[in-house]
Amino acid sequence: MPRLVSHPDEVKITSRRFGLGATDIEKYIALDGYKAVQAAIAKGPEWIIAEMKASGLRGRGGAGFPTGLKWSFVPKQSEKPKYVLVNGDESEPGTCKDHLIFLYDPHAVIEGTMIAGIAIGAKLGFIYLRGEYRYLLKIMEKAVADAYAKGFLGKNIFGSGIDFDVVTQTGAGAYEVGEESALMESLEGKRGVPRIKPPFPAVVGLYGGPTVINNAETIASVPHIMLMGGEAYAKLGTERNGGTRLFGISGHVERPGVYELPMGYNLKKAIYDVAGGIRGGKKLKAVVPGGSSTPVMTADEIDVGLDFDQMGKAGTMLGSGGIVVLDETVCIVEFALRTIQFYQHESCGWCIPCREGTDWLKKSIGRLHAGGAVDKDIDNIRYLAENMLGRTFCPLGDAAAMPTIGFVQKFRKEFEDHLNGKGCPYKHAREEEAALV
Amino acid sequence: MATEKKTIFSPELAARFDKLVTLYPMRRSALVPMLLYAQDEVGYISKEVVAEVAERLGLRENDVESVLSYYSMLRTKPAGKYNVQVCTNISCMLRDGYGILEHCKKRLGIDHKEVTADGLFSLEEVECIGACCWAPAIQVNYDFYDELTPEKMDQILDDYKAGRGKETV
Repeated sequence: MPRLVSHPDEVKITSRRFGLGATDIEKYIALDGYKAVQAAIAKGPEWIIAEMKASGLRGRGGAGFPTGLKWSFVPKQSEKPKYVLVNGDESEPGTCKDHLIFLYDPHAVIEGTMIAGIAIGAKLGFIYLRGEYRYLLKIMEKAVADAYAKGFLGKNIFGSGIDFDVVTQTGAGAYEVGEESALMESLEGKRGVPRIKPPFPAVVGLYGGPTVINNAETIASVPHIMLMGGEAYAKLGTERNGGTRLFGISGHVERPGVYELPMGYNLKKAIYDVAGGIRGGKKLKAVVPGGSSTPVMTADEIDVGLDFDQMGKAGTMLGSGGIVVLDETVCIVEFALRTIQFYQHESCGWCIPCREGTDWLKKSIGRLHAGGAVDKDIDNIRYLAENMLGRTFCPLGDAAAMPTIGFVQKFRKEFEDHLNGKGCPYKHAREEEAALV
Repeated sequence: MATEKKTIFSPELAARFDKLVTLYPMRRSALVPMLLYAQDEVGYISKEVVAEVAERLGLRENDVESVLSYYSMLRTKPAGKYNVQVCTNISCMLRDGYGILEHCKKRLGIDHKEVTADGLFSLEEVECIGACCWAPAIQVNYDFYDELTPEKMDQILDDYKAGRGKETV
């Protein structure tokens, strides 16, 4: 079982029911559960969207798009049915926050889905979990069944005259399906390849109907915003970055775990105070701040606030909130190689720059790490990655290119140390180095 | 209906599929879950599974095969009864996920995507399974084990061998 952690600097909003037995619907109700959806019904769609806009909540999947604004894009009148789709395909390396939400607070996901549905006029919501999360799917399925048994889902919810159904769905192993248009393809029973945009899902989404797609953490935050009010939620964070966020701190720290911190919390403090600093008293080398697709930061760049804008200014991204901490013993080239191996494996093959680019980056970085590269290979790696940027339907190509560029830019010396037959000066994480090249 | 027809699935699974296809605006939406649930029962996606799933959804077999080949958890040949999936992605790599993988290879005497002679275990190196803060982590079939050491790994394998392991389906 995932270990729950705690720190005095945490502000527990979305995680406040973790470990309190809220998978039991009675316990969830006792902890203010299903109050927010009743308030939302009473006050209506315009109020919900106004509160969401006031909350400053930005998409917790990684892109950081303002949630209230996204909901407001859905046309009021639509010939085709509208849908809510919850993205629980959590697959970005370094990210495990939605895992805890499904495990400890499944009803918050259902309630958030209902509120989103009422806001946009949808009658059906899907909660999609990655295939690996079968035990969490069972928890979600039970929660949905319990909500139906209580009459909270189905016909005429809370006597409002509104019908709302929720269907849970499993994936079957594919990182790419976490991209919203690929997610819709998968839910329609197809290969998870992205769709070209526009049209955006808010206009033409699932089954051709207007669709709101939100990350599971975003959706689980919604009931809390309804209860405390958008403005109060916004005040917990920084300007244009409302509220709190579940940050997963992993890698070489003393106390890895998922901590809920206010938006804008200092990254250095998160690593040294909240997560207890670097394991074994070693020195910090680098931080990948928001999942494997975000550009790396060096040890002296981390005195910065964890929000979308400050991280953007610092030349990287807040991403999924998965902070991966690397100590001085890590070979950056090997780390870059493991990262690109992942993207090469997960590229769906639809767009050539991504399919070929990730493959050649894997080969080039692999050869470099094994000592078989020459000077100009470093620039070739960077050139190749730069030419993938913005040239694919979906962001997977960027997600592979951006960290690669970052590694070369920030740690060029480590790449050079491998050149001309010298090979890796570090202890390898894996023994079968040669087999990879 | 379909349950009265000849099916290769258990009555429970056939009934579950009958219900599943009614939940969506389009029957085809049930395809990915059906393939995974069929694999849980049959062990892998056989030609017969493809044929029946295609028939149930009104699809051509090659449509089903095209989807099948996309998803990494779906397989077309049997795995071991207990499929040991070791994550070696970044967070696990930093906390010796490769050491756990090597330990499993030696202990089981098999490599990536191989099955032990008795059919009990198979081994797979997998991408991020969403347990980064509790690394290194593995899954045995659908069950997670985290904060692993070689000693804990031995205990887990011993438990499965003795029929005492967790079995979420």
